[in-house]
Amino acid sequence: MTFRLDQLPKKKYVLPGNAACAGCGMMIGLRVLGMALGEEVVLIVPASCSSVVQGLAPKSSIAMPVLNVPFASAAAVATGISEAFKALGVRGHAVVWAGDGSTVDIGFAAVSGAAERNSDVIYVMYDNEAYMNTGIQRSGSTPKYAWTSTTPVGKREQKKDVALMLAVQGAPYVATANIAYPQDFYRKLKRAAEIPGFKFIHLYAPCPPGWRFDPAKTVEVARLAVETGVWILWEYDRGAFRLNPPSTIYRDRAKRRPLADYIKIQGRFAHLSDEEVRFIEEEVEAKWQRIAKFLE
Amino acid sequence: MKTLATRKIALTGNYAVAHAVKMAKPHVIAAYPITPQTSIVEKLSEFVERGELKSSFVNVESEFSAMSVVYGAAMAGARAFTATSSHGLLYMYEVVWWTALSRAPVVMAVVTRTIGPPWNIHVEHNDILTLRDTGWLVAMAGDVQEAFDLTLQAFKIAEFAVLPMAVGLDGFILSHSTEPIELTPQEVVDEFLPPRRFDVPVAFRPGVPVTFGNLPSDNRIHARHKAALYNAHQDAKELIRRVDEEYGKLTGRSYGGLVEWYKCEDAKYVVVCTGAWCSDGKAAVDRLRARGMPVGLARLRFLRPFPAEWLRRLDLYDVVIVYDRDITPAGGVLGLEVKSVLSRAKVINIIAGIAGVDFDVSGFYETVQNAIGGKYGEVEFVI
Ligand SMILES: Cc1ncc(C[n+]2csc(CCOP(=O)(O)OP(=O)(O)O)c2C)c(N)n1
Ligand code: SF4
Ligand SMILES: [Mg+2]
Repeated sequence: MTFRLDQLPKKKYVLPGNAACAGCGMMIGLRVLGMALGEEVVLIVPASCSSVVQGLAPKSSIAMPVLNVPFASAAAVATGISEAFKALGVRGHAVVWAGDGSTVDIGFAAVSGAAERNSDVIYVMYDNEAYMNTGIQRSGSTPKYAWTSTTPVGKREQKKDVALMLAVQGAPYVATANIAYPQDFYRKLKRAAEIPGFKFIHLYAPCPPGWRFDPAKTVEVARLAVETGVWILWEYDRGAFRLNPPSTIYRDRAKRRPLADYIKIQGRFAHLSDEEVRFIEEEVEAKWQRIAKFLE
Repeated sequence: MKTLATRKIALTGNYAVAHAVKMAKPHVIAAYPITPQTSIVEKLSEFVERGELKSSFVNVESEFSAMSVVYGAAMAGARAFTATSSHGLLYMYEVVWWTALSRAPVVMAVVTRTIGPPWNIHVEHNDILTLRDTGWLVAMAGDVQEAFDLTLQAFKIAEFAVLPMAVGLDGFILSHSTEPIELTPQEVVDEFLPPRRFDVPVAFRPGVPVTFGNLPSDNRIHARHKAALYNAHQDAKELIRRVDEEYGKLTGRSYGGLVEWYKCEDAKYVVVCTGAWCSDGKAAVDRLRARGMPVGLARLRFLRPFPAEWLRRLDLYDVVIVYDRDITPAGGVLGLEVKSVLSRAKVINIIAGIAGVDFDVSGFYETVQNAIGGKYGEVEFVI
């Protein structure tokens, strides 16, 4: 599927005057969601930055139907909505728009349950790699060594790879995406909308205040994540696992940019020693090796 | 009008609830097992498997998700049902509140059971009483027939009051004991229960940009929303009466108001209780009356809406003996609530039957006499 973003419908689904920070990566993703599926979806939003960026009732800056729900409940609420729509003959998709904290931590049982019973839901987890709404606390999705307000000397543990877990569990469609590659994300949303059952998209979404970088550099940080190999674009489509461009070329370690390019522009990694950066580089490679096994 | 055959059939309390749910034809049912509730959802899954009930039957991974599923379904305009007990109800508690403040008309059966530790599956009312502040309507069945009738009425009450409703039945005492009951014919149920309006509480549809539950620009918006919930409970009192009256006309069975008065007209002493053991209480009243003691009984059919107007009438009696099958550090819940609306009558709060301890007709018979005879303090444990 090829298309040009500038040829997509002009209707805005994320309105000016919303309450997001300057340079919010998640909001870029939400705009793409609107472009891809704006008229066909209801959004289920658990407690997160996404509950706040809507702005203040009785107004709202999201021109799609939104149901705000408890922190751990989104996957199950979406199940109820999609079952109700089916029973009532309503066309459309129940789409969860959830942060990493609600997805990989507190709501993980509900996510895994929805995947196991193959509920007809599109679940988008935008990953800003911490609990941002409550002030940058670590989550299970925070990468190793990153500073957060509850890991003042850097996180000691690994990032949970929830997308891979769900692919292994056998969900019909699992993909990663990145806000610097909106066409790829758009296509994946459209693909997800074609497939019955549980669809999961893990969207990389930098957060300037949380990661401590200049809000003008959101897309640059996101692109560097792919170019250094930290973030891998892949897709698991009903049993077929494949890399998506441009990650396809970064399977070759020699083609990747040095990890320091990614690390050095983020204040959350400012305290890292060269040795620690090298260590992360090895972990990035190990992740590629894991992915390579699925590609075979 | 053609006459419709009323079927009489022997059912356990749980199966009676399942039959009522089947007749209400919910679009979505969420199920998670916990004793003594489990046989309700097992029976429903059978109905669905056999094609007798066309619901979406969702097996979830926790009660938290069970409540989330029926919440989502109700927000999308569907009729939705789940059932739980004890720890299951506690586990879903956050969504229980969210459901009420969303005004989602979910119906839930709560088969009452103790809260641990230790693990104990027997009856107690502390679990369902945790609903008292949430905004749910809460009823307690007195027998299997009423469990059936209340479940059917609950769908109509919930959908017209735009509030979730819980129907309580005592674990094992009602849930697992078999009584012959009358099943309302399906045609009558269809006449009684109109189709679910999809736009209650909101029209939540793709292409209609409604945002529900974002931060308020003024906290008074939220405050008014909460006040509206209180007001909805006050309005529900008349609604419950009307629904029951209409149900009575169609089925020949009606229960009156939020409180059932048993032999209270000429009484000096009144027993107050809720749930299945009220039958034992009534039998004790009969025995005491046979010995010339002017005792009556008030059975609380509904705990929410709070039946303040009914309970105030208790001030006409000399001694009000409130039986709680629950305990909090401040006393029994019913005892505290009854006291809160009385100014004259002497109130004695007896805590009995907690943790599933047996308490029968003779228990009532003896303790009522002790209470009247001045042998008890304000709060008395009978264990
Ligand atoms: C049960 C519960 N616990 C804690 C919170 C407080 N809380 C609200 S949002 C949030 C963090 C959300 O993190 P994430 O899901 O990553 O979304 P983000 O804010 O980063 O967008 C927390 C802890 C809550 N709302 N509910
Ligand atoms: S804190 Fe980060 S994720 Fe949240 S609104 Fe601001 S930029 Fe976006
Ligand atoms: Mg986050």
